[in-house]
Amino acid sequence: MDTLLQQLINGLTTGSVYAVVALGYTMVYGVIQLINFAHGEVVMIGAMVAFSIITSLAGSGMPPLVIVLAGVMAAIPACMAIGYLLERAAYRPLRHAPRLAPLITAIGMSIILQHLALLAWGRNPLAFPQIIDNRVFGIGGAAISSVQIAIILLSLTMMAGLSWFVYRTRFGIAIRATAENVHVASLMGVNADRVIAATFVIGAGLGAVAGVMYGSYYGIAHYTMGFSLGLKAFSAAVLGGIGNIAGAMLGGLLLGLVEALGTGYVGEMTDLCHWPLASGILAEQCADGGNFVLFGSNYQDVFAFLMLILVLVFRPSGLLGERVSERA
Amino acid sequence: MNMSGREKLGLALIAVALIALPFVLALAGTAWVRITNFAVLFVLLSLGLNIVVGFAGLLDLGYVAFYAVGAYVYALLASPHFGLHLPFWVILPIGAAVACIAGVILGAPTLRLRGDYLAIVTLGFGEIVRIFMNNLSSPVNLTNGPKGINRIDSFRIGPVNFSGSDTIAGLVFSGPIKYYYFLMLVLLAVIVINRRLQDSRIGRAWVAIREDEVAAKASGINTRNIKLLAFAMGASFGGIAGGMFAAMQTFVSPESFVLNESIMILAMVVLGGMGNIWGVIAGAVLLSFVPELLRYTVEPAQMALFGKLLVDPEVLRMLVFGLALVFTMRFRPAGLWPETRHRREMNENRA
Amino acid sequence: MAETLLEARAIDKRFGGVQALKDVSLTIRSGEIYGLIGPNGAGKTTLFNVFTGLYPLDGGEVLFCGLPLNLESPHQVAAAGIARTFQNIRLFGNMTALENVMVGRHVRTRAGVFGAMLRTGAERAEEAAIRRRADELLHYVGIADRAGDLARHLSYGDQRRLEIARALATDPKLLALDEPAAGMNATETAALRGLIEGLRRDGLTVLLIEHDVKLVMGLCDRVAVLDYGEKIAEDVPESVRANTKVIEAYLGTSAH
Repeated sequence: MDTLLQQLINGLTTGSVYAVVALGYTMVYGVIQLINFAHGEVVMIGAMVAFSIITSLAGSGMPPLVIVLAGVMAAIPACMAIGYLLERAAYRPLRHAPRLAPLITAIGMSIILQHLALLAWGRNPLAFPQIIDNRVFGIGGAAISSVQIAIILLSLTMMAGLSWFVYRTRFGIAIRATAENVHVASLMGVNADRVIAATFVIGAGLGAVAGVMYGSYYGIAHYTMGFSLGLKAFSAAVLGGIGNIAGAMLGGLLLGLVEALGTGYVGEMTDLCHWPLASGILAEQCADGGNFVLFGSNYQDVFAFLMLILVLVFRPSGLLGERVSERA
Repeated sequence: MNMSGREKLGLALIAVALIALPFVLALAGTAWVRITNFAVLFVLLSLGLNIVVGFAGLLDLGYVAFYAVGAYVYALLASPHFGLHLPFWVILPIGAAVACIAGVILGAPTLRLRGDYLAIVTLGFGEIVRIFMNNLSSPVNLTNGPKGINRIDSFRIGPVNFSGSDTIAGLVFSGPIKYYYFLMLVLLAVIVINRRLQDSRIGRAWVAIREDEVAAKASGINTRNIKLLAFAMGASFGGIAGGMFAAMQTFVSPESFVLNESIMILAMVVLGGMGNIWGVIAGAVLLSFVPELLRYTVEPAQMALFGKLLVDPEVLRMLVFGLALVFTMRFRPAGLWPETRHRREMNENRA
Repeated sequence: MAETLLEARAIDKRFGGVQALKDVSLTIRSGEIYGLIGPNGAGKTTLFNVFTGLYPLDGGEVLFCGLPLNLESPHQVAAAGIARTFQNIRLFGNMTALENVMVGRHVRTRAGVFGAMLRTGAERAEEAAIRRRADELLHYVGIADRAGDLARHLSYGDQRRLEIARALATDPKLLALDEPAAGMNATETAALRGLIEGLRRDGLTVLLIEHDVKLVMGLCDRVAVLDYGEKIAEDVPESVRANTKVIEAYLGTSAH
């Protein structure tokens, strides 16, 4: 099996999910400079709602595609409603408060949503029912499943749709104008409140779909899944340039690839038995094809974080962003 | 600072009460002394985090990572795991130093950027430290993975071992009671240090940065270094608390250092009143007893009403912390016991 | 003629595609009050932010006391001896007036964390000196009676004064005031004028950005005029007032 191609396919799959989640962070950050920590939890709730619906319809005899679609269609409005409520009830009252207040509220809301989900769905993960015949196709020595194809295509479609919306419609222009400068946009007749609420709602809607995709890729949904997914998606947004919509897409895909390649190769690369100098010292362990792996694939979740730190050190504005340092 | 006679009397009464407290608690069971000890430990952690969040206005969401670093340093240097048994007064400073270095490595790239990056980086760092603790059991067994490290040494001062009981003048000093007094001494030192820092050149610089970073820079403050100093100080405090935790518990595992712990410490600081030492202490004490409170109210209530546990008290506990964060920010941003800088200043002028 | 305190040479500053400052050169002499005026958006505050290290330069250099000024970061500019106030007052709202001024002493004092934790003799002596100096400065600007009040509870005029006191606490050679009279009534402006004249008497050099042309013309020794990011005049007030370019800029008949 071709590891490189396989990891690229896997990376593209998770990366496109990261990209869609990252859009939610970056749009909100763009308009109100807030890290909406609760976004990851919204994504998680999207997955939970969809999985519940799908599970309850699994035995109904309806076509699998209809069932999945029903799940997604239930998750989207649920998440949009949560996104709207978050903005309206938690963040809007703090819009003129000191910088720390909305940030602390965001982490508080994240904890609340996570534990409400725990109350609603329990500690055990929800499994994706075996209703889809997940066919696997071979390409060039690697495998790609129909779920992966669906995830990549759906993500690309959503990204294209959002790009069209943001760059080609009046309301999209209003969003970008608000991101550029709230005051000027308001003077130009943009209703900033509506724009800000809209970024939350749109981000949550995209997040709902992302949650379902992520859950179905790994086969489970769990009340803690939003945390690391959110952290990674935020890292992706920073990588692309926080506040920059195209950047979030690029950052998400790149992060997915880096993570997949890293996970695929880190074991081999940090196997000291492959290092000329170290293998001599470790002759005993390395004998008979033994190995001495410093960091294995269990460090998968570390890559996104390392990437985040590296970006902050070397290019804090991200790949496509303008300067983000302190605004005077 | 000069105190009036009444203030002196009040302080003396509080001191007597705190000295007598463990024996009173021991009557109800040693478990209560232990619970109180952990509450004091959380007060210490909150005071450490208060330097970062309260004074300097930097949101650290992974504070428990530094606590973990201190705990693991202690565990590795005083347990059969490596066969090392260094005395606690050697290890605690090492733990503080290692946590401090971790803080500097993390803070240096982050603190020159907008403040919210620190929040996300520390959040990530908390997770990373946990992943390392879980996985650094191979190829060399450093942390013993998820199983954690067992049989950690208790404190020992000369002939007095904190793991057993001693009877002095008819009073039984159990292990937890000895830890209680030790913690109280540390707490006293930490309060004094906090207060001194608050009223110092560095402390004013921290608050200035919290209030207006641009103006602080223009007033000649090297904001990056001063922020880094706050972050590193907070990390060191966390490291020391971690060491004490390891010794009290005689066991550490990655389980103890999850995000929820960081959130709990943050909630203590926020609810009590960011930047106000006494408020933070009150917030920490209050929230430390929430789990106990829930155990003795919600659990029996549910059993009586439904005959089974519908809602796990642990879930309620986290909901309480989440709500504490959100509602404090919305309705009482200065906390339940806001800082009274104004009055403090006036008193000092008079003195 | 007095010696040169600050010399700006061919300053360029762009924001994206907008040229905010173009080839601006000017000299401020020791002991004078130097005014900087110009229509809205002429680049006054931008120049100010460049001088105080808030914005990086795109071209040119600034000499201060004859040496190139390190504009990398504002705190180094403050250490070199340039202090400033802000157009939209920026105080430390939840600190007392006295503490605000004490923060200004930061750059001239040394005590560190360990000194503070141990309350060493040196730390206590320095702390007392900081407090004394801050107290003096509050007296100097005339708000000593508000020392214990939170900065955000002060009246607008007192906040302006407090900001000046905080800036003075850094022992500046050049005090840069960004529209200090903005939002003040006639009485407050007159009092401010007295304060600035007092500063000159005490030997301080002042850079003054001001909208109130009357105040500038009455107060300043020399005035520079910016228009569309370029310096169009630099002279004593009487000549500047008669300068046709300046009149055009203010009446908006210029050919831009």
